[in-house]
Amino acid sequence: MLDRNEDILKAAEDWHRGGHGVALATVVETWGSAPRPVGSNLVINDEGTFLGSVSGGCVEGAVVTEALDVISSGQPKMLEFGVADETAWNVGLSCGGTIRVFVEKVG
Amino acid sequence: MDLRTLAELNAERAARRPAILVTDVATGEQRLVKAAAIATDSLADELGKHLRMGKSGMVEAAGKRLFLNVYAPTAKLVIIGAVHISQALAPIARSLGYDVTVVDPRTAFASPERFPDVPLIAEWPDVALPPLNVDHYTAFVALTHDPKIDDPALLHAFSRDCFYIGALGSRKTHAKRGDRLRAQGATDADIARIHAPIGLAIGAVSPAEIAVSIMAQITATLRLPAKEKEQAA
Repeated sequence: MLDRNEDILKAAEDWHRGGHGVALATVVETWGSAPRPVGSNLVINDEGTFLGSVSGGCVEGAVVTEALDVISSGQPKMLEFGVADETAWNVGLSCGGTIRVFVEKVG
Repeated sequence: MDLRTLAELNAERAARRPAILVTDVATGEQRLVKAAAIATDSLADELGKHLRMGKSGMVEAAGKRLFLNVYAPTAKLVIIGAVHISQALAPIARSLGYDVTVVDPRTAFASPERFPDVPLIAEWPDVALPPLNVDHYTAFVALTHDPKIDDPALLHAFSRDCFYIGALGSRKTHAKRGDRLRAQGATDADIARIHAPIGLAIGAVSPAEIAVSIMAQITATLRLPAKEKEQAA
């Protein structure tokens, strides 16, 4: 309940209808203190424009980069971010949690 | 997600009907289960539980790892009566994530000074309620103690399938209210849906405590399975 993804998914639909390549990223699992709950969405278009959030800002940059790959390949991807991760210094979660994000192409 | 699924999901969300998107995270295979179809779905138990709790999450079924994303509308709370209890109830409900609206035709009560940051409608229920689109995901409480205001509001709530309806007043007051509402066309089943005396029995005395008991009862109605709900009520 209390889903606040409101206009994010509508934007994804509108972008796609407007001829853009679009990807949808969804938080599917979290451990520890994750900043955004399971089910949170981020939508990304082929120009790198994005709406919504999967981490409140910590890893959005990395998700957008992966999403552009997914838009061109069409293959869904599972991403994992956490402080234990080697890339944590660059794109990790400062709060100490771990999140798994599913990224899929729309359309 | 294919465009048709996304468009369907957006249509359900726009209509304030819940839906669950089921995704096989290994293959990306997906299907949308609308609320009305949950009972007959092969994952009925899991889907029902996730919807009731409003919680998305991973489940294992038939050797597959499936992600259930629950899209449920934001719950609304309509409060009839800009009274003292409502001043305590509105901020509690907002902190629980409800969209709160207070309705009271008495402008002395429905003043922004008494209800900062809460949408207030200083109109009679027949004018105030139709535009609010009261629906299943709405909790509806009548707190004015004035039959001229509470009764028409409750009749409106009966017609909208609210998940919770409560009304302030003792058993005696409620019995009289039942007679009046029946005379205006309400059925016994309608009357039985009203939680009255309102709120869980926690010995509440002050307006703020009564507000807590009301919000606890609304939460129990929203979250508990039917059987445990009876015990809590």
